[in-house]
Amino acid sequence: MDKLIESKNKIIINNLNLWYGDFQALKSVSAEIKEKKITAMIGPSGCGKSTLLRVFNRMNDLIEGVRVTGEVIIEGINIIDSETDLVTLRKKVGMVFQRPNPFPLSIYENLVFGPKVHGTITNKLELDELVEKSLKSVLLWDELKNKLNKSALGLSLEQKQRLCIARLIAVKSDILLMDEPCSTLDPQATTKIEELMRELKNNYTIVIVTHNMQQAARISDDTGFMLLGDLVEFGKTEDIFTKPQDKRTEDYITGRYG
Amino acid sequence: MLRHLDDELKELHKDILKMGVFAQEAIFKSIEALKDRDSQKAKEVIANDGNIDELELVIDEKCIDFIARYQPMAGDLRFITTGMKINAELERIADIAVDISEKSLELIDKPLLKPLIDIPKLSTIAQSMIRDVIDAFINRDVELAKKVVFADAEADKLRNFVQDELVNDYLAKDPTTASRAVPLLLIARYLERICDHTTNIAEDVVYMVEAKVIRHHREQL
Repeated sequence: MDKLIESKNKIIINNLNLWYGDFQALKSVSAEIKEKKITAMIGPSGCGKSTLLRVFNRMNDLIEGVRVTGEVIIEGINIIDSETDLVTLRKKVGMVFQRPNPFPLSIYENLVFGPKVHGTITNKLELDELVEKSLKSVLLWDELKNKLNKSALGLSLEQKQRLCIARLIAVKSDILLMDEPCSTLDPQATTKIEELMRELKNNYTIVIVTHNMQQAARISDDTGFMLLGDLVEFGKTEDIFTKPQDKRTEDYITGRYG
Repeated sequence: MLRHLDDELKELHKDILKMGVFAQEAIFKSIEALKDRDSQKAKEVIANDGNIDELELVIDEKCIDFIARYQPMAGDLRFITTGMKINAELERIADIAVDISEKSLELIDKPLLKPLIDIPKLSTIAQSMIRDVIDAFINRDVELAKKVVFADAEADKLRNFVQDELVNDYLAKDPTTASRAVPLLLIARYLERICDHTTNIAEDVVYMVEAKVIRHHREQL
């Protein structure tokens, strides 16, 4: 057996509750997301998994009537705190969505948009380097290096999704949130994105929400199962899919739920 | 919610049960052949082995097909993977019944070396272990499966007893008894080997039900 290496916790969730008005979408959720691992959140529609994901970069703030209690600690800081600097947080914790959403700009501009807005880099040479590095890290450089001034909207769905991931890398996010990142992709493109995720976990902490249980089983190190706002079970992926402890988890992953 | 795949799992259950009954019958008949000096029965066991092999392939194929189509998880996954292992163990048990039948055929036309007492006893243990383990599998009965694991020690003891007796009282004293003593010695070993395969099945049943590995970890019992 491999020597067990304790992973550092990247995100610590402590008794987290979230309400949309009167509706409680998260109920005392506690868990630890490990650094440089892939954590998958599974569960039926409306179970709160996307809501939980959006807590990590405070995307829920955009929704009227949201109330949050508890703690979500990222690098020692409780990001639920009203004083959290959202610009810094969202730079650190990037998000990829179901449908890739490149800006209607060139590939190059898509990648330098963030760094320019944040004002971190202005020098042309440095921006060029950044574009190359970001595209290389999502394995798009060779394909696109001669088309950098073409519109990003002309790319294939899979390339667009890779570009969106590269955009996060360009602003030096180190936590990548992915909400159903492959649900619009065909199986081949899905495999490629999954391979990319495996590459990326050498340097990034990834949290993915997916309806595709096989995908969660294939790529994640830890898996959480959510139901009606509860985190029912959270643990090593191999344990969740071969010997779940909770009957509700067993019923869901074997298709008996509902 | 009842799923379509539950019907297929039920079918698979039935097939494995059938395999178990075949294996049990094969042992019973192979020992009857020896006791009753009935070569017809021994030949039947040998002839029927092809059907058991056939069923093993059918079950195997169904399991692989099931995995490919449903990608089972959790309890379903444990059922399918143990089902495949149990299937292979039962086929092996039936093969051993063929070995016993072949040795019985060798013995039938020779005068008995001694009255058969312990070998039928060993055979009774083997058969009841198989019956119990199939029941344990069907009813997901962990306690019964554990009982089977413990019963194996009795089979080992009896095998050793038969072996010592044949070696010390016959072979050592009169080597010309070899053609009658060695087949008996082998039959005792075969029966004990059947109990080992049955024990493996019992361990698989515990894993299937409780996701606990007791194979090579008896202390977990």
